[in-house]
Amino acid sequence: MPKTILSVDDSASIRQMVKQTLAGAGYTVLQANDGAEGLAAARATAVDLIVTDLNMPVMNGLGLIRELRKLAAYKGVPIIFLTTESDATIKQEAKAAGATGWITKPFQQDQLVAVVRKVLGA
Amino acid sequence: MSGTDATDTFRQEAQELLEQLEHTLLDLEHEPGNSALIDTAFRALHTIKGSGSMFGFDAVAGFTHHVETAFDLVRKGIVAPSRALIAVALAAKDRMRLLIEHPETTDTLPGDAILRDLRAIVDAGAMPAATDESFAAAPAAAASAIPEPAAGATWRIAFQLALDAMAMGTNPLLLLDELRALGTATVVARTDAVPPLNMLAPSECHLAWDVVLTTTHPRAAIEDVFMFVIDDMTLAIELAAPAPEPPACHEPSGKETEVAPGAAPAVPPHTAAPAARHNGEPVAAEHKPAQPEQRNAKAVDSIRVPAERLDELMERVGELVIVQSRLTQIAAASHDAEVKSIAEEIERLALALRDTTMNVRTVPIVQLFGRFRRLIHDLANELGKQIELITVGEDTELDKTVIERLNDPLIHLIRNSIDHGLETPRDREAAGKPARGRITLSARHAGAEVLVTITDDGRGLDRNRIQARAEEQGLLAPGVKLSDGELFQVLFQPGFSTAREVTSLSGRGVGMDVVKRTIEGLRGKIDISSVPGTGTTMALRLPLTLAIIDGLLVRIGTGRYVLPLSAVQECVELSPDEDARPHGRNFLNIRGDLVPFLRLRELFDTATPPDRYQKVVIVVSGEFRVGLVVDQVIGNHQTVIKSLSKLHAGVRSFSGATILGDGAVALILEIGHLVALGAAQESRLKATV
Repeated sequence: MPKTILSVDDSASIRQMVKQTLAGAGYTVLQANDGAEGLAAARATAVDLIVTDLNMPVMNGLGLIRELRKLAAYKGVPIIFLTTESDATIKQEAKAAGATGWITKPFQQDQLVAVVRKVLGA
Repeated sequence: MSGTDATDTFRQEAQELLEQLEHTLLDLEHEPGNSALIDTAFRALHTIKGSGSMFGFDAVAGFTHHVETAFDLVRKGIVAPSRALIAVALAAKDRMRLLIEHPETTDTLPGDAILRDLRAIVDAGAMPAATDESFAAAPAAAASAIPEPAAGATWRIAFQLALDAMAMGTNPLLLLDELRALGTATVVARTDAVPPLNMLAPSECHLAWDVVLTTTHPRAAIEDVFMFVIDDMTLAIELAAPAPEPPACHEPSGKETEVAPGAAPAVPPHTAAPAARHNGEPVAAEHKPAQPEQRNAKAVDSIRVPAERLDELMERVGELVIVQSRLTQIAAASHDAEVKSIAEEIERLALALRDTTMNVRTVPIVQLFGRFRRLIHDLANELGKQIELITVGEDTELDKTVIERLNDPLIHLIRNSIDHGLETPRDREAAGKPARGRITLSARHAGAEVLVTITDDGRGLDRNRIQARAEEQGLLAPGVKLSDGELFQVLFQPGFSTAREVTSLSGRGVGMDVVKRTIEGLRGKIDISSVPGTGTTMALRLPLTLAIIDGLLVRIGTGRYVLPLSAVQECVELSPDEDARPHGRNFLNIRGDLVPFLRLRELFDTATPPDRYQKVVIVVSGEFRVGLVVDQVIGNHQTVIKSLSKLHAGVRSFSGATILGDGAVALILEIGHLVALGAAQESRLKATV
């Protein structure tokens, strides 16, 4: 059974690219517009991995990660954040919130797949 | 450690590394073949880059990366450490300092220019293939200090994840799988940190792993496995056995340890190039196998303490010494033997504590001398002079504060020596001297003082010109006859300058007076001696410490005063004959030498009647001796120096004050000024004879 990945980003083009890339690699991809939608989606469906943007309206990526880590079902589920920020303090903050790894935008498609494979192991 | 503390630590570390780098580069200029120097320079660059990126000094890290890359090629024997390369590297070092001190600097043009020069030099000195690849790499792909063995190697990897790693979505099994995918791996789990079952939180990761991995992948590939967790884990990657090298390498298995939490070292991008050249290229012979590197081989057994804390300690010790002297005074008047013995004990301890504390504050002057090598190097180039710097007594220790405040005056004096003192190589040869001029910096202990001298073997000072100029500027009365020492003091007068043309370096008529003021502010003295055609020596006498001195307590009328014991030569009684001599002829006969004396009672307008037997304390400063007539010599006194208030900044006869055991205040006499008064009296007398 293919693993399910939730992509959370307020930019439709990024969401589309993530979906294309990961679907192409054989994953099932769900999408959400912002952190709040992402949280709702993750509650509704058990996903294996979340790839989220940091700067988003309504609930940003940090908020999402914090909320997810409060849920028993999402302790230990890898969360990758996708960000244009390469700033170390932001990275540190995201890690403190519970992020597993990060990808800095702009990113290569195969890089995204490689990171996803790395944290999912498949 | 808070963020700012860590940044400060980085800055401090970087400053030291930059200084070390500068010295190393200057040494390298003289010994281009010294591979230890090349390694030191490379390591300094590597560390600056590594910690720079760790503490958010990305501009520094990015810039340094290129210089490091160049030195990696030097290290490998691909690029020669030419003068041109060293000059660019020195400029690069200055740039790094700027970027560290002013991280907000956004003007990248100067840095780009340096990197362009660097690249031109490296390209000229190396195979294009090697440099193109190395410079094309982005700074973000940080290079590792350790060249990778080409044919694969066995690594010993020990790692332990953060306790919450699994809760954060990291799966240790996947990390181990990734390591296995790199080559042949043996994995052993260490369970010694796993707590008893009743205390075990299942989501916490208590296991640690030892992996022995044989792989053809570079070290960076191993680090990449841990890319998301590397900042929060313990990771040690050691080269267990290098790949079989050419038989020339007899070294036992090199051992390299790098614990790099977050330093993110990665593969040097140019690895491929030298490796490729192993195949038959003539240059291959120069490519040395990686030297085993012992990190921190000479670990220094020391700790870093903020200077303020030392000042605070000194302050406390000063107060303790004052209280102790009160106790001693009370004990002396007491008949209780036990009190006396305790007071003695405390005195001994307080003095030992004082000495230790002062010792802690001293640093070798080599720190200061080292800074001038660059200055001299640059000035020599700028002025077209050849200069050899000789330093003597670099181990001499001085109070840290003194050393710091000496920096500017010494720079000024050295500039003067090079600019005015040393001749051009052609002039020197015409005068029958070696073309290369010589500047000697020396330091040595002389009693309670440190003598620092700057000597050049240049043309010497022109007595007549200085005198003429001083008279022209109204600084000297026409026709006055002065000794060399006296005349040269005119150089320290504000506004004095003999320079016909103002160079960019000196001769602007400002500075020498500032130099003198600074030295006097340190309770020091400066003297100039010069021999025409042979050279000039500037001698600075500085007290060992600024805080506590051994003093001689004297009484004049009802007031008590302290003389620095280091300046005291002897005490004699003023004979009634000498006492009775008319004024203006105040001279003592000290074993055949005439020594002028000053009656401090008169100088201080003392109203009380004098003691019947007046005492004379003979003090010395520079080349002069003078007798100071006092009512009573009380004895030695541990003098904790308190500076006078700003209100008394103009007072010249006193350098400070101290608190006596009974709580009274005693003024500390400024010997330099009193001796000058005596010397003036002597020359007046000579003039009338």
